[in-house]
Amino acid sequence: MALESTQTLLSIRHLSTEFTGSGGSLARAVDDVSFDIHPGETLGLVGESGCGKTTTMLSIMRLLPSSGRITSGQILYDGVDLLSLNEREMRRYRWKEMAMIFQSAMNALNPVVTVGDQIREPILQHDLMDHEAADRRVDELLDLVGISKARKDQYPHQYSGGMRQRAMIAMALACRPRILFADEPTTALDVMIQAQVLELLQHVQRELGLSVMLVTHDLGVVAEVSDSVVVMYGGKVAEYGTSDQVYNSPQHPYTQRLLEAFPDLNAPGEVLASIPGYPPRLNDLPPGCRFEPRCDQRIELCSRLSPELEEVTNLDHGSLTSGSKPFLRHLAACHLCTSLEKRQ
Amino acid sequence: MIEESTTPTEPMLQVDQLVKHFPVPQSLWGLLTRRKAAMVRAVDNVSFSIEKGEVLALVGESGCGKTTIARTVIGLEKPTSGQIIFNGHLVDVVARQQHPEFAPLEPGSPGTPEQKVLPFVSLRRLHQKAQMIFQDPYESLDPRATIFDIVAEGLEVNGLARKRSERVEKVQRALDEAGLRPAEDYFWRYPHELSGGQRQRVVIAGAMVMEPDLIVADEPVSMLDVSIRADILNLLRQMRNQRGVSILFITHDMGTVAYFADRVAVMYLGRIVEIGPTRQVLQNPLHPYTQALLSVVPVPNPRLRRKRVILQGETPNPIHIPLYCRFQPRCPRAFERCTLADPSLMQPVRNVSGAVSGGEQHQAACFLLE
Repeated sequence: MALESTQTLLSIRHLSTEFTGSGGSLARAVDDVSFDIHPGETLGLVGESGCGKTTTMLSIMRLLPSSGRITSGQILYDGVDLLSLNEREMRRYRWKEMAMIFQSAMNALNPVVTVGDQIREPILQHDLMDHEAADRRVDELLDLVGISKARKDQYPHQYSGGMRQRAMIAMALACRPRILFADEPTTALDVMIQAQVLELLQHVQRELGLSVMLVTHDLGVVAEVSDSVVVMYGGKVAEYGTSDQVYNSPQHPYTQRLLEAFPDLNAPGEVLASIPGYPPRLNDLPPGCRFEPRCDQRIELCSRLSPELEEVTNLDHGSLTSGSKPFLRHLAACHLCTSLEKRQ
Repeated sequence: MIEESTTPTEPMLQVDQLVKHFPVPQSLWGLLTRRKAAMVRAVDNVSFSIEKGEVLALVGESGCGKTTIARTVIGLEKPTSGQIIFNGHLVDVVARQQHPEFAPLEPGSPGTPEQKVLPFVSLRRLHQKAQMIFQDPYESLDPRATIFDIVAEGLEVNGLARKRSERVEKVQRALDEAGLRPAEDYFWRYPHELSGGQRQRVVIAGAMVMEPDLIVADEPVSMLDVSIRADILNLLRQMRNQRGVSILFITHDMGTVAYFADRVAVMYLGRIVEIGPTRQVLQNPLHPYTQALLSVVPVPNPRLRRKRVILQGETPNPIHIPLYCRFQPRCPRAFERCTLADPSLMQPVRNVSGAVSGGEQHQAACFLLE
């Protein structure tokens, strides 16, 4: 996908989010996370459950549950810090600028309202057009996502899983947002339906010039559609770069092990690498690098000092196709990836 | 113990022309007018076998009947017709009559000649020697039982280890082999204290403590994170290698199949459309459905973005299975023949892309192979 400009649309700067558990215990779900999304870009945010990827997305939309609190950082949307806005001002950004689709389309749709009415609702809510124009817009949207107009007056339970997800996408696009957040949009679907939904997402993205942030645990899905990838582990960004950089030249040991743990269709039967141990609990994080207890390449420094996200220096990028996106550097949070002088 | 009546060449599990239909719940009016109930043809004439120590994967999308096969094999469902032979013994509802707690056979069901020859296996025996691992380790464990009780339950129910010391020893060994070490630390814990991966290990320990001949694993890793998934797959593979247990592995994920299975059977709408050794099926798929399915599996390498064959629409409802070739309405390569007859599994004379295929075991149900 060709990117028209190198200007960022959404810029996350040092975002941290905490949850207060029962008994006042604090869990830092997102810790010092930074990344950028450019117009027309698809960014994949990958990680295992509990790594903070969904919390990151909810923080950006400012839709955290009451136990969650953004403690520091900036979320710059077109130069405006969303964290400085009050709730009323924030409402102008949701739907019209940033829209969201969820994993479980059945739970996200209202079971007693027809699909057509549900898609129409945000259009009317935001006073974008009158009823007649809104009806036309609904038809247009259904056409875009490949649902026949005849099914507009049906209820979500009459739709199959794939069609519900299509309806969700139509609803998210209702107010012509510039950025779409998709939280595990294909996780509950069969591979063939997943392929259909991903194809649809790519199609609407091209048609409308959308930016997409795809939040998922599935490395395969991200590799298929993303321009750039953020790998999260234990609430922190472990690695950040273009898809090609991250998948073909992974620098963080976590990314490396994760890719090795993914079964390869083309080499059946080979022993699958696994990562020993379990991801850290967010209320009981290791003092140094989050991945240190499970890392097979750890050095003494790792248990003392949490590494910063820095540009990978000891690396030859000659063979990689990063040239097409010069603005995107390859970053990793690992002491091994930064130069020796810095370590000392 | 089941008498050792099997010869080495006899498969551990043989499923012959298995059919399982479920009646669709009827309206009151339908009942009153005695209208014939519609049937969901969940499994529609499926045959396969698993050798001792072999892993056979059943792959397909949801609703293709793979879980129904698993449940029927393990005796949780009664087959509509066809038979299941487990280790040389016929698994049949007739056996239920020996156990009054199970529903008796309807009067007048015919017995086949084989039924008179083959010894039956009782469901109790079957449940000892064939163990099932379910998808969701959060739901398959009793939240109020300790790990020890969960793992020891099968032993107690079947009266296998009557002495407590014996049970402790067996449970300890099972937990240890399932990678929960030291085992004693887990004895008195409850499922909610464990992570998803640890729970699935408990489930596996509970299955292995019975020393089964066959494990039916229904999507055992699809709820788990990638890094944990590999661990569980490695564990199952280790069980197979050390104990020689056969595994019927049910999944929708082609990636795990590639890693784990010796042979693959691809299912579509209640029928096996392709079966063969894993490598051959994955690298040289014969059936257009398998080809499409493989082409949409996400590959974790952006340089390998391929031309995907995306089938339009969705799998039809198994109440209304298309006539003749059931894949034909969605098939990108359907031709006249496909709307005239129903293909059965056949070996290719030449494969679809023109090259000659060597594997004798590799079969597909497609007229393109003729």
